Amino acid sequence: MPSAQHVSVRLTVDGQDHELELDPRVSVLDALRDRLAITSVKKGCDHGQCGACTVLVDGRRIVSCLTLAASYDGADVTTAAGLGTADNLGDLQAAFVDRDALQCGYCTPGQICSAAGMFAEAEAGMPSHVTKDVSDLGQVRLTPEEIAERMSGNLCRCGAYCHIREAITDVAKERGQA
Amino acid sequence: MKEFEYVRAATVSDALSMSGVGDTAYLAGGTNLVDHLRLGIKRPDRIVDISRLDLGGVEETADGGLRIGANVPNADLAADPLVRQRYPFVSEALLAGASGQIRAMASTAGNLLQRTRCVYFQDTTTPCNKREPGAGCSAIDGFGKYNAIIGQSDQCVAVHPSDLCLPLAALDAVVHVTGSDGDRKIPFADFHRLPGDDPSHDTNLVPAELITGIEIPPLPWAVRSHYRKVRDRASYAFALVSVAAAIDVSGGQVNDVRLALGGVAHKPHRARTAEDQLRDGPATAEAFEAAIDAELAAAQVGSENAYKIPMLQRTVVAVLQELVEGANR
Ligand SMILES: Cc1cc2nc3c(=O)[nH]c(=O)nc-3n(C[C@H](O)[C@H](O)[C@H](O)COP(=O)(O)OP(=O)(O)OC[C@H]3O[C@@H](n4cnc5c(N)ncnc54)[C@H](O)[C@@H]3O)c2cc1C
Ligand code: SF4
Ligand code: FES
Ligand code: FES
Repeated sequence: MPSAQHVSVRLTVDGQDHELELDPRVSVLDALRDRLAITSVKKGCDHGQCGACTVLVDGRRIVSCLTLAASYDGADVTTAAGLGTADNLGDLQAAFVDRDALQCGYCTPGQICSAAGMFAEAEAGMPSHVTKDVSDLGQVRLTPEEIAERMSGNLCRCGAYCHIREAITDVAKERGQA
Repeated sequence: MKEFEYVRAATVSDALSMSGVGDTAYLAGGTNLVDHLRLGIKRPDRIVDISRLDLGGVEETADGGLRIGANVPNADLAADPLVRQRYPFVSEALLAGASGQIRAMASTAGNLLQRTRCVYFQDTTTPCNKREPGAGCSAIDGFGKYNAIIGQSDQCVAVHPSDLCLPLAALDAVVHVTGSDGDRKIPFADFHRLPGDDPSHDTNLVPAELITGIEIPPLPWAVRSHYRKVRDRASYAFALVSVAAAIDVSGGQVNDVRLALGGVAHKPHRARTAEDQLRDGPATAEAFEAAIDAELAAAQVGSENAYKIPMLQRTVVAVLQELVEGANR
């Protein structure tokens, strides 16, 4: 039986550096919420199925529940709170407000991080399941169908999906990616 | 979650020497392993983190095939230009699996080694021979909708869940592994196992053996290939059945064909009977139907999974017809 081990983990979260001593069983999600009190990141299923815990690590979206924080030592984490502030909303955050793309709001931080990751993937030319011809290496257009597919890892119990898609479509148009 | 020791490997030889002592597990993307730690399915004493090993990259091999590093994320493999243009069904299979977040985390090797989604395997309060040899199988007389129809045994009726593995099976991919006895190459057909009387082993890897990469041989006509997955919802669900197909046709004749079926067996099922029957014959819907009938002649279904037969028949015929029509355009 191994003795209770602790590992040193450095995380940069929304631009701030943190040094933590953690049990190796702790996920990035639990480190953020329970150790750093960053509660904008939500825990839904804790099994990778709902997307509520989505954050960006080095610019890519991941589900922070299916991680060991020890494995993410040195990671640069961005949460929804890092994409703008109440006085100065990011474009995705503003679009969610404008379109009422939230009811209880529980899934919203994960949806916003996921959307941010999705925009970067589209910009990098990554195809999706609804891309007609994957061998076509041309530019990705974020049509409503593409947005729905690419956001399908985020479940919303309130059923605000239509508004979420409209909010993201607004941003896609503003950014010239629609 | 049971306590474990966490160690990080800097090199492949590090990884090998850190594992194999007692109950250890390699950690790559963690999307299957961390879930299993949390569910109590896996209870290792030590986790060897291999996620920072230099096992990335998709490269062309001397003979015109591809070599894919074990740690290449599923999202990157799906987006790779060589994969998309030469083996489109590999890309399509990856994109039909999981979600954007999970594909960004999941590794190529981890995808091959992901374990079954059998609901009883995932529920530690129920008997399961795969989790606990000798415990019994809850699925045989239980919820049977997802059960296997080919090659199942009285010990286990679970199916292999990976999408990526189907085009890899169709392409005769080769798995490169390294272990305490050195390197070896495992042909894809010999990589996964049928359950037989030991369903606790999904593959023929030996303990602590590490996958370093996958090699896909050249197959120029695989540019005409397609993956189709049939599932309960439009996205983000495992397959009820799925089909990976590549076909080489000219003048209405099948010169060559590759076909693999998902949702049918404990391993990715290569449909060799159907392939043999189709080769050098007419590329017609009737021929496709007869070939898949021959392939499924040995299938054994129960009351809850009998739907898989007509679903597979229609999906195979539709996919092959679509590919042939594309060729005639
Ligand atoms: C919600 C959800 C939905 C999903 N849907 C799908 C789907 O539709 N289709 C699909 O195909 N998959 C699906 N997946 C599964 C996912 O694709 C796999 O979990 C993933 O590919 C595993 O890769 P990983 O790197 O995260 O593996 P890990 O979890 O890190 O490891 C998995 C196993 O492989 C071993 N391992 C990893 N790398 C190596 C190596 N190099 N050598 C030896 N052993 C190694 C580990 O020890 C472990 O036993 C889904 C997963 C989730 C959580
Ligand atoms: S089918 Fe296999 S995995 Fe499922 S309960 Fe039976 S033994 Fe376990
Ligand atoms: S809490 Fe991570 S996906 Fe549900
Ligand atoms: S707004 Fe309530 S879960 Fe999505």
